Amino acid sequence: MNIIVLVKSVPDPAAKVGVRDNKIVEDGLAWEANPYDENAVEEAIRLKEKYGGKVTLITLGPKRAEETLKKMLALGADEGILVSDPAFEGSDELATARILAAAIEKAGGYDVIWAGWTGVDWNQGIVAQAVAEYLGVPHVSFVTKFEVNGQTARCETEVEGGREIIEVDLPAVLTAMQTLNEVRYASLKNIMAVKRKTIPTWGAADLGINPAEVGKGAAHHHLMKLIPPPERAAGRVLKGAPEETVQELVRALREEVKVL
Amino acid sequence: MTSDINPRAEQYRELRDPMRDLCAQFDSHYWQAVEAEDAYPEAFVRALTDAGWLAALIPEEYGGAGLGLTEASVILEEINRSGANSGACHAQMYIMGTLLRHGSAEQKARYLPRIAHGELRLQSFAVTEPTTGTDTTKTKTFAEKRGERYLVNGQKVWISRVQHSDLMLLLARTTPLAEVRKKTEGLSIFLVDLHAALGHGLSVRPIRNMVNHETNELFFDNLEVPAENLVGMEGQGFRYILDGMNAERILIAAECIGDGYWFVDRARAYAGDRIVFDRPIGQNQGVQFPIARAYAAVRAADLMRYEAAGLFDAGRPCGPEANMAKLLAADASWEAANVCLETHGGFGFAAEYDVERKFRETRLYQVAPISTNLILSYIAEHVLDLPRSF
Repeated sequence: MNIIVLVKSVPDPAAKVGVRDNKIVEDGLAWEANPYDENAVEEAIRLKEKYGGKVTLITLGPKRAEETLKKMLALGADEGILVSDPAFEGSDELATARILAAAIEKAGGYDVIWAGWTGVDWNQGIVAQAVAEYLGVPHVSFVTKFEVNGQTARCETEVEGGREIIEVDLPAVLTAMQTLNEVRYASLKNIMAVKRKTIPTWGAADLGINPAEVGKGAAHHHLMKLIPPPERAAGRVLKGAPEETVQELVRALREEVKVL
Repeated sequence: MTSDINPRAEQYRELRDPMRDLCAQFDSHYWQAVEAEDAYPEAFVRALTDAGWLAALIPEEYGGAGLGLTEASVILEEINRSGANSGACHAQMYIMGTLLRHGSAEQKARYLPRIAHGELRLQSFAVTEPTTGTDTTKTKTFAEKRGERYLVNGQKVWISRVQHSDLMLLLARTTPLAEVRKKTEGLSIFLVDLHAALGHGLSVRPIRNMVNHETNELFFDNLEVPAENLVGMEGQGFRYILDGMNAERILIAAECIGDGYWFVDRARAYAGDRIVFDRPIGQNQGVQFPIARAYAAVRAADLMRYEAAGLFDAGRPCGPEANMAKLLAADASWEAANVCLETHGGFGFAAEYDVERKFRETRLYQVAPISTNLILSYIAEHVLDLPRSF
C-alpha cells in the first residue's frame, strides 16, 4: 500500500506569535509539524505496518520546513519530499492544493492520502479537500477510525453531536482528527536513518507548474491586515461588603460585559 | 524564544529534541507518583526501550543504533535534564558492553538483538561484596567448575535493578586468590539468567535506601550456571570490567551535567519569580552569586565530559579524562543541588517542587559508581605519579 501524507510546518502552537508589517514575526519562532498531521503520519505508518508498502511525506514550504519533515520521517516514514519554490510563496489554499496535487502525481502511485483535518496556523481546513478535487478522488474529513477492506475503506468521522460511518472508494484523501490514534515516539533507529536520507526539493519547473498561476499574484484572496489580539486588560477586583460587591458584580456582568 | 542555559543544546539536536519530547510526557506528577509508591518507573523505561534509546550503543548489526559514546551521553544527559533519573535504566545501555567486547559470537548473536529490541533487560552487574567494597580483587564469591556448569557461592551487595532485569553479569573468583600469580587474575564473568536463578541458588534481599532506587543484597547458594555462560576467558574477568569503566564514568558524568543544568534552571527561575520584601530574591547578590558559581562549575565540568567522550570515541586512552569528568560533574551537580535547595528555602523541601528528590538522587553520584576519593587516588597515582596510597 502506497500512502502519501501531507505535512505542514507550523509555528509551535504554544509560542507567542508577534505581528509586524502584516506578517508574523518569524525570528526565534520554533516550527513544528501541524499536530493533526502527526496523527496522519501515525496512521500511515500503521497502515504500512499492516499491509506493507511505503509512506511518503510531502511538505510544501520554505527550506526550513525540511527540519519538520525530518522529524516526521523519524516516526518511521520512508521518504520525504520538500516542495519549495519562491514562486509558491503567498499561494492561497487552492493554489497550494494544486501544487500539492502535482507533487502527489509526480511522487507516483498512491492508495491513500492522509492529511491533518486543519492546520493550526491559519485554521482554514480547505487544502486537503481541494487536493482530492484536483486529483479527482473522493475525500473523507474528520476521520477518527479507519479500516481498509480491499478496494474500499470504512471511516468513522466526527460530526456535530455524533458519528458518521462512511465507506469510501480507494484511492481517497482522508483527514485525521487527534482521536484517530496516539502518535508514537520517534525511535532512535529511525532518527539515525533519517540522517542518511536525502530529501529532494521539487520546484515549479519540476512539477510543470506555471509560476504565474500560483503564488501571491495569483491568489484569489489577499491578506489586507494582520492584527494581533489585543493585550488582555487587567482584571478588576471588587472591594467592599459582600452585599455591595455582589450587586456591583451583577451590574457589571449585565451592563459592561453583557453576558447576563 | 526559549533560551537554553546549555550552550551545547544546539549540538545533537536530532537526539535532544525527540528525547525532550519523550521525557516531557513523564512530568513532575509522574515522578512524584513513582516516588510516593517506591515503584519502578516502568512506563518511562518501557517508552525509552520501545523507541530504542537504550540500544544506542549496540552496533547496528545486532539491531542497535550503533552510536558513539558522546551521543549516548547526550541521551542520558537529557533524561536527567528533564527532571527524570537515568539510574532506573542507564545500565541497560552500557552493561552489554562487556558482552559485546568479550562475549563469544554465539553469545552476542543470541542476546544482543534481544537486548537491543528490549525483549531482554540486562541491567544488573554483580561486582561489589559486603566485605571487599572497591577492593575488587578480594572478591570472595566463588564459581567452581563442575563439568559443564559452575557452582556459585557467595554474597554481593548494592546490586541494582535485579528485580527489573532478565539477565545479570556476575563477577566471581574461579581461582582462589592464593593460587594466582597476580591478584587481578582468577576472576571471571558469567551471564546469569535471573529467571532461572531466582529461588534456585540465588536469593535477593532489597535494600531500602535514600532514593527510589532498586538495589539489593544477593546470596548465592550453590547456584548453577552453565559453562557456556562464561563470558570471555576464565580468569580474565577483572580486565573485562576495567574495559567498561571509562564508558560508564563518562555516561555518569553526563547524567550529572543534566542534573546540574536542571538545578541551575530551577534555581534561576525560582530566584526570578519569588518576591520577598517587594523584589525578586534573585536581585540579591547573596542569592544570585551561588547560582552563577554553580552554573560556571557545570559548564566547566561539561567541557571535561566532552573531552573524555571525544577521546573514547576516537579509540584513544581516556582514563584520566573519564575519571576527572565524573569527579568534576558529580561535584558540580552536587553544588548546584545545594544552591537550588538553598534558593528555594523551605519550599525546596516540599516534594512537589522536585528539588528534594533530585537533591537526594544527585548526591549518589559522589559515592557511586565510584567514590570521589578513589578518583582522586587514581589521579594522584596514575596521572601525577605520586605513591600509591592504599
